[in-house]
Formats: sequence, C-alpha cells, structure tokens
Amino acid sequence: MPKLKLPSPGALYVGIICALLYLPIALLIVFSFNDAASLTFPFKGFTLQWYQQLGQSSELLASLRNSLVIAFGSSVLATILGTMGAIAIVRFNLPGRGIFLAVSTMPLVIPYVILGVALLILLNQAGIPLSAPAAGFAHVIISIPYAILIISSRLVGFPDNLEEAAMDLGASYWEALLKVTIPIVSPALLASFLLCFTISFDEYSIASFLVGTDTTLPVYMFSQLRFPTRLPMIIAMAAIIMTVTMLAMLISEWLRRAGQHTSPTGGGIASRKAKA
Amino acid sequence: MKNSRRFLTLIGLPSIYLFLLFILPVGLMVIFSFREGTTGAARDSFTLDHYITFINSRPFQRLLWQSAGISFLVAVIANSLAYPLAYYLAFQAGSQKNTLMMLLIIPTWTSYLLRIFAWKLILGSTGLLNSVLLLLGVIETLSPILIYSRAAVMVTLIYVWIPFAMLPIFSSLERIDRYLLEAAADLGCTRLEAFLRITLPLSLPGVVAGFFFAFIPTLGEFVTPLLVGGAQGSMYGNLIQDQFMRALNWPMGSVMSLSMLLIVLVFMFLLTRLGPLSDLLGL
Repeated sequence: MPKLKLPSPGALYVGIICALLYLPIALLIVFSFNDAASLTFPFKGFTLQWYQQLGQSSELLASLRNSLVIAFGSSVLATILGTMGAIAIVRFNLPGRGIFLAVSTMPLVIPYVILGVALLILLNQAGIPLSAPAAGFAHVIISIPYAILIISSRLVGFPDNLEEAAMDLGASYWEALLKVTIPIVSPALLASFLLCFTISFDEYSIASFLVGTDTTLPVYMFSQLRFPTRLPMIIAMAAIIMTVTMLAMLISEWLRRAGQHTSPTGGGIASRKAKA
Repeated sequence: MKNSRRFLTLIGLPSIYLFLLFILPVGLMVIFSFREGTTGAARDSFTLDHYITFINSRPFQRLLWQSAGISFLVAVIANSLAYPLAYYLAFQAGSQKNTLMMLLIIPTWTSYLLRIFAWKLILGSTGLLNSVLLLLGVIETLSPILIYSRAAVMVTLIYVWIPFAMLPIFSSLERIDRYLLEAAADLGCTRLEAFLRITLPLSLPGVVAGFFFAFIPTLGEFVTPLLVGGAQGSMYGNLIQDQFMRALNWPMGSVMSLSMLLIVLVFMFLLTRLGPLSDLLGL
C-alpha cells in the first residue's frame, strides 16, 4: 500500500481518543496535589501533604507489603510453570498438548468473579483460612496464560537444533534446557515476570473473595473509596504506583520487543502450526 | 519413549497446578450448587431447589440477560472505537507507530480501581462534567444526573476496554500481507472495496479476540457497578458477589455462577466455529 500523506482525520481521531484516555488519569494526579480533603471542583491550592501522610498509615503500608509479596511470589511461580508449559507445547507434538493448551489458556475467558467464588469454595471445603497468600496462588492461574503466550512466542523464534547441538556435545536434555534454552528465552522470562507481577499487583475481583482480613493494596483501596477524607491519600498512593508500574512495564515492553522475532502480540504457536 | 517422558515431566507440574486450583474449584462449585445450604446440616443434603428457584425467578434471568446485553454492547462499541485506532497505527502511523502504541497502552497500567473511580470524578454530582454544565448554565443545581446508572457503567467500561480491544485488532492488521492490497489496487479495486474485501475479513480474528477481551470481563463485572452504577446500574456479577459475601447463600451463588459460565461457554463454542481458540487469541 502506498504511504498516505493526508493531514488525516485518522490522526485527529487518535488524538481525541488519546485525550479521552488520559483525562481521568490527569484528574487523579491533579487531585493528589490539591489542598482540600474533598475531591470537588474548583481546585484549591497545591500541597504535598497527602504524599507525606502515606508513610504514617500502617494499614496502607501493610496492604502494600502484602501486595508486593504475593505479586512477587505469584509471578515467579506463573513464569516457572509457564516456561515448562511453553517448552512442552512448542517443542513436542504429543497427545495432551491440545488439551493442555486449551485448559491453560481458559482462565483468559472466564470472568474473574467466577474464579474468585470457585476458589472461595475450594478454600472452604479444604478448611484453609482466607489470606493474602491464597489470593497469590489464585493469581498464578490468571497469569499462566500470559506467561505461556509470551514465552512460547519467544521459543518459536529460535530453532530447536540448538538444543540438539548441545546434546550432541554431551549435555543431557535437562542440561541443554537449563544451559541453552533458558538463557535464550530469558528476556521473555523477565517480560513474563513483570507482566504477571502487574496483573497480580492490580487485581481486585479475585482477591476480594480470598484475602479475608489480610488485605492487599487494591482491596484496601476499595475499602477506603467509601471514606471521602481518605481519598486524597489513596490517590497519592496510586499516583506513585502508576509511575512505578509505568517504569516496570516500559522495561518489560522493551525486553519483549528486543527478544522477539515474530509479530508484536504473538503469532507464535499459530505460525509454528503453519510450518508443521 | 524418551520424548514422551520429557514431555510429561515438563507438562506435569503446570497440569497439576491447573487441576488443583482451576478445574477442581469449578468442579466443587458444581457440587455446591446441589447442596441445600452453605453450612451445617443443610450443607450435607443435596437438592435441585436452587436450580428450580433460578429457573422460576424472572428477576435473576432478566438481570443475567441484561448483563449479557450490556456486555455485548460495551464490547461492540469498544471494538468499533478501537478499530480505527488499530487501523491508523497499522497502516498510516508510519515511524510513529511504536510511540503511539505506547501512548495508548500507558493508561492501562494505572490502577484498575482508580481508573474506574476517576469516572466518578467526571460524572459525579460534583464532578467535572456537572461543574462545567453548571458553569455554562445548562443545569441549575449539582445533582447526580450522570452517575449511578447503567449508562455510567457502560461509558466507564468502554473507556477501560478500548486499549485492550485495540491490541488484537492491531496485531491481525499487522499480519496482513501488504502485497494483497497492492494487487487489489492493480486489479482495479477502489480503496473502500479493498478494505471491505481484503482488510476487514482478514482482521476479523483480531476483532473477535478484541470482542472477547471486553465481553468476558464486563459480564463478570461487579466493581464498576458498585463504584459508578449505584442501585440502578447493578449487574449480574453483583448478584453473585452478594450471594457469596452478604446473603451467604453459596449454593444459589454457585447456580448463578454456573449459568454465567454457561453463557460464556456457549459464546466460546460459537467462536471456535470460526477457528481454534489459540489462533484467535494470537497464541
């Protein structure tokens, strides 16, 4: 297709949508510096007091710590399980592959409220008390599809004869995986870790059923949204997290692009099938 | 055989995990739907009562269909708004493609709760829109005319899903062989014809995936209705959440969850008629 050089309505459209996407976020950030306890217009003066109050709220810090711990744990576990699954799916064409692929990606298409209540029933039947770690183990389930997606699209990008070469040179299959395959897919592992981390860190629906009194940050934030005077502080917290998340995701995106040979959002397994 | 032992070793652990924390809980929910009550003796006797209650309850079913309708509309509108974005990025943005993509994705990295809550600051009675309307003299007093409705829920969710719908559409547009469009032009197709006969059909898998990225989570939503929907904007997800957290009628809640799951599975089945799920999801 020849390059179009219209001063296009397309560009205008993208501009408008962008403005709409950023408006709510800009409002939040402005209110986090607004010198008034209520979130109403017009704006009063500039203040940093909401940011200063953050360090004094022990409940908020406890829930932040919980969220960081379960996000870390669940993303490590999801990435390990996702790596195993991705290697099995991409490198072997054996019976069970199709069922595994279907089941492991199914959490993508099941509403979180259903997963949340189903896991609540599981904990109840097994006599396991509600806790933040329980939410962490649940987050692994919703993260696995993304881990598999990211890692398998990296795996199809390089041929399996590198593993064969390592084995010809005397490595066992598992040594070849650890010393050849894993290092080659390591950018994808980091990208998967970061994406799964942010999925867990931001997840409210499932966690709200499973954490009990052991709140995670989103659960704590939701409980505070009812109290208008607590809001500016919550928003200040969110503004900080937003900045940190953006940095983490920019790094993840950069790694994913640096480490990928196929199309931007995958095309991995599909293109492998086309080859076979 | 060596190969199958390696395969089983690799796939074993993730399979066990998925079984224990995904298949098993859904199975237990099916069993729970036949229990008479949540605790005590009622829990150990089995009954079809909750299914009968559900089948006889007009309000439950109406809310389920309304929620499915809302989700369908939200998904269609979000995709319609996302398609031109994806098209511009794939075909016209040129060297600015990556920058624009980043720009559109960054808002999705903000806290989901806060992005929804931000709409309360826009639509609320003392919110941005009302303040502007008051200033312009369109309204005379600040009152919650824009918020606490289904419309508020829909606007908020469309906003949330636009970037997510754009991604799969963009990736399917990117995969289209540009020579096809050149060939069409050489053979006398106008640009509109080429779009309708080549670009649009080839981008359909992305549109279907984008549709589901918006439809599924909207169907299960209970947070957005709580924050901006009020009593008027309640959805089926709220009903389920209520059964588990407040009414403590878990068997009824299980029946409701399963009915929602049935709708999702029927949709997914129709979808897989179009092609394997993993292809549609871009795997």
